[in-house]
Amino acid sequence: MTATATVHDVTMRFREHTALDGVSTTIEQDTITGLLGRNGAGKTTLMQLLTGHRVPSQGRVEVFGGRPYENDDVLRRICFIKEGQRYPEQFRVRDALAAAATLFPDWDEDLAQSLMRDFDLPAKRTVKKLSRGMNSAVGIIIGLASRAPLTLFDEPYLGLDAVARQLFYDRLLADYAEHPRTIVLSTHLIEEIADLLERVILIDRGRVLLDTDAESLRDSALTVSGPSAAVQAFAGRHELLHTETLGGHSRAVVRLGPGADGEDARAAGLAWEPTKLQQLVVAMSLQTATDQSAPPSATSPRLEEVPR
Amino acid sequence: MGRPAGPGVNEDGGPIFRQVATQIENAIVDGSLPEESQAPSSNELAAFHRINPATAAKGLNQLVADGVLYKRRGVGMFVAPGARDQLLKRRRSEFADQYVRPLLTEAHKLGISAAELAAMIDREEDRR
Repeated sequence: MTATATVHDVTMRFREHTALDGVSTTIEQDTITGLLGRNGAGKTTLMQLLTGHRVPSQGRVEVFGGRPYENDDVLRRICFIKEGQRYPEQFRVRDALAAAATLFPDWDEDLAQSLMRDFDLPAKRTVKKLSRGMNSAVGIIIGLASRAPLTLFDEPYLGLDAVARQLFYDRLLADYAEHPRTIVLSTHLIEEIADLLERVILIDRGRVLLDTDAESLRDSALTVSGPSAAVQAFAGRHELLHTETLGGHSRAVVRLGPGADGEDARAAGLAWEPTKLQQLVVAMSLQTATDQSAPPSATSPRLEEVPR
Repeated sequence: MGRPAGPGVNEDGGPIFRQVATQIENAIVDGSLPEESQAPSSNELAAFHRINPATAAKGLNQLVADGVLYKRRGVGMFVAPGARDQLLKRRRSEFADQYVRPLLTEAHKLGISAAELAAMIDREEDRR
């Protein structure tokens, strides 16, 4: 596979806070990649680096073979829908879309119009008078209709209800299938998007915990339950991520060693089910929290918002 | 399922591409997808199951590799002649492993003899 973007040993510091710490990853071309992690993990910072909104303190970021920062050749191929993005208040919805149409060379006006109808957006209403959900819908329409070769959505659905989110997923999948391009999607609603993803990058405290294809991830972890001794013995042969015990009964999230699967758990007398992506992300994030000597809440300030 | 709505695929049935393949196999076995008819495209499967198109394509490719579907260049995927017989044969050979053995395991746990089990099966069969 070819890479749309490569991030090589990137560190990003804001005053004393290190938002990204020696991060290396690639965003594969024409995939939908999920960028997952807790608040303050560094997701937004990584997206800002990929889109030339920031320059790394150390390391190298390359997108479409060039550095993105102040590089028009790269930037016109990128569309970044930020979390809670606000458009100029006096603009009507149609003005915001018209402005976007001039920015993106691959803009598809028909798609924009059909999405406007799907999301029931009033074209003549000013941005100032939009609800939060409507404002998010404007971002989603711009992100999809831009057809940008690299499109990033950072928590795009503030205020969107379940129906509108489903609409977003369906239209994203349909348009991506017709016009393959590189999509990066950051969200906390992991279970909702799990099956849409081809690649998963999990970051925690500025480091990459997981960087893999979604399908192999699905088979890589099990939730097993049974008598505590049997669960412990089984977990000991694999990588234990998280465990809970009640009475003599335990439940554990376990990352499997190579070649292992649910049959091994069954043979050990345990009930098992595949671990859902969301459970895996939670278990892995909690594990690094307990690995750190410092108390987790004190060391995870949300300093990503510090202005330059 | 955490997502708002939609049919989706079974969350606990192994890799998604395998589940996609199994559902197409089911349609072939029950006759709703006859031999020489066109199978759904990967984009249609992706939209219906709300999964990544690459995953859907992997499921279809598995069926091509198994000889259940074949490709017509530029047109799509079609059910191969003899696919239904092939699937029935395979499923029959897996039947003991997948259904009979777990049934016996549970029956032994509960102290149900093989004879009692056979009687139960007869009763259920009569009720159908």
